[in-house]
Amino acid sequence: MSIEVRNVDKRFGDFVALDDVSVSIPTGQLTALLGPSGGGKSTLLRIIAGLENADDGTIEIEGVEATHLPPQKRNVGFVFQHYAAFKHMNVAKNVAFGLEIRKRPKADVERRVDELLRLVHLQQFAHRLPAQLSGGQRQRMALARALAVEPTVLLLDEPFGALDAKVRKELRDWLRRLHDEVHVTTVFVTHDQEEALEVADEIVVINDGRIEQVGTPDQLYDEPANDFVMSFLGDVTRLNGVMIRPHDVDVNSTPVDGAVVGTVTRLLRVGFEVRVTVTAEDGHDVAVVLSRAEARGSGLAEGATVWLTPHRGALTVDARPAAGVSA
Amino acid sequence: MARSSRVREPLWVRLILRTVVVTYLVLLVAWPVALVVLNTFQDGFVHMAEALADPVVQNALRLTAVVAVSAVVINLLFGVTISLLLVRYEFPGKRALSAMIDVPLSVSPVVVGLALLLVYGSRTGWFGPALADAGIQMVFATPAMVMATAFVALPLVIREVVPVLEEVGDEQEQAARSLGAGGAQTFWRITLPSIKWAVVYGVVLSLARSLGEFGAVKVVSGNIVGRTQTATLVVEQKYQNFEQTTAYSVAFLLAFASVVCIVVVSILRPKEES
Ligand SMILES: Nc1ncnc2c1ncn2[C@@H]1O[C@H](COP(=O)(O)OP(=O)(O)OP(=O)(O)O)[C@@H](O)[C@H]1O
Ligand SMILES: [Mg+2]
Repeated sequence: MSIEVRNVDKRFGDFVALDDVSVSIPTGQLTALLGPSGGGKSTLLRIIAGLENADDGTIEIEGVEATHLPPQKRNVGFVFQHYAAFKHMNVAKNVAFGLEIRKRPKADVERRVDELLRLVHLQQFAHRLPAQLSGGQRQRMALARALAVEPTVLLLDEPFGALDAKVRKELRDWLRRLHDEVHVTTVFVTHDQEEALEVADEIVVINDGRIEQVGTPDQLYDEPANDFVMSFLGDVTRLNGVMIRPHDVDVNSTPVDGAVVGTVTRLLRVGFEVRVTVTAEDGHDVAVVLSRAEARGSGLAEGATVWLTPHRGALTVDARPAAGVSA
Repeated sequence: MARSSRVREPLWVRLILRTVVVTYLVLLVAWPVALVVLNTFQDGFVHMAEALADPVVQNALRLTAVVAVSAVVINLLFGVTISLLLVRYEFPGKRALSAMIDVPLSVSPVVVGLALLLVYGSRTGWFGPALADAGIQMVFATPAMVMATAFVALPLVIREVVPVLEEVGDEQEQAARSLGAGGAQTFWRITLPSIKWAVVYGVVLSLARSLGEFGAVKVVSGNIVGRTQTATLVVEQKYQNFEQTTAYSVAFLLAFASVVCIVVVSILRPKEES
């Protein structure tokens, strides 16, 4: 295990930001810290980097006890949401910073900077100031800067959070490919479940200062430990007292045993999918997502009466805090 | 943008406002300063040459330079340190310290001078006698004059640097730390370059303020002719001794130095924006 976090507590005044958090982060993998805003993701990441001190508990990085090491001794690369570019230095100088601090020979520094700028596709911008770069370029520069010192672990705090949706998607594909090339143990924070599911080898779900679940994207998606994880990893709706994904609800136009009867009250076409709201007889709304073909096939229209059943083998979770999982 | 969307006052209101402001500035600033210049150069450079040949004036100018530069250096070091403390660290008494920094702006310099006498006076002061025994003359000598000047100009560097430090934030410093830089390296390579212009601006303002200090320096210097007189004190004394032309000449030099400071600052300012 590359990073061992054991029983970490962190309070800000009376507020408990992390409550007895323990987690192991595997070597060489891309791990996502996923959770809602204010859940404690950044706090945990900053404690690992030494930018914040834990009130209690220990941190071990690659077998080295790091709890009381200052950040500059941890050999950790950190990438900030808002880039934290050194504004008065050009791109090459930014990337060279860590190497110059380590007093590497000048020729080595130049070679390494060149190599890294190539890696992040910024070689033609070496002499620009950060202010002359786009957000995505700045973030790639920050990544190159963090990689320059060959960190044992790379920590990224919502690295793409300040970018627009398209650049964000490009960059996360790129991060995935980069990681496959460089293989440094990487932890990145996100509150976007799609980002985590798409990019990460392993996901740690954090909520309210506690770890809800750790697992691969498939494990989390298919076997959520509780209703929080289930609802955080994707849309959910309630059908007959259980939580279920909207695309796991079958819509029947003829009566079916044990089905929930309702009326279609809203029908919305968004891109390739059709979002249907069905108001059940007991008055609560069920959300259903169908493909365009399915919707057309079943001849759905607003006002129609339909019978809803869980899809065969669909995942459902009891809609109570202490959740049992059934598949 | 703000201008075009704002409802503008009628023309006559704007004209009256403008006239009032211009008249006010002319009566208060431009005219008196212009008169100093006119009086100094009414016979060409004769009076200026006379004044510069006067050993009392020469000594005063030299002393002013020494006192002002020392005070500025002290304020530079303490100002930057205190600013960092105030913005980057939490400690008990921080609010009190922050409030104390504004004291020199609100207290009369004469009071500052008297307060320093009470502490460092060589016969009755708190530390004075001990220092005098050790052979260190504080009051009626350069050290107390530097202290008085530094005290009066203390807030100027801090008030420039603190808002810039707050605006820059500490992310760049944290990034430097995570890249392996220690505290000192982070300060020299990251923090200082990002507050550089604020520091320069604060230094220039302090210099202008230090050159012009009168009240506090008069009290602690003893105003000894040819020994502990700064330029401002010479102006007053020469004026009272009916050597008006010398007084005007020295006054002109002081005003000129301040104008140079302001010009330097206004040249530096746009650079800081870009
Ligand atoms: N320096 C601080 N002082 C006081 N409270 C803090 C501080 N830093 C964080 N907190 C609080 O701790 C909690 C966790 O913060 P943290 O930044 O770790 O959340 P997060 O999961 O990263 O959220 P986000 O997705 O919004 O960045 C929040 O409620 C926040 O208000
Ligand atoms: Mg955060």
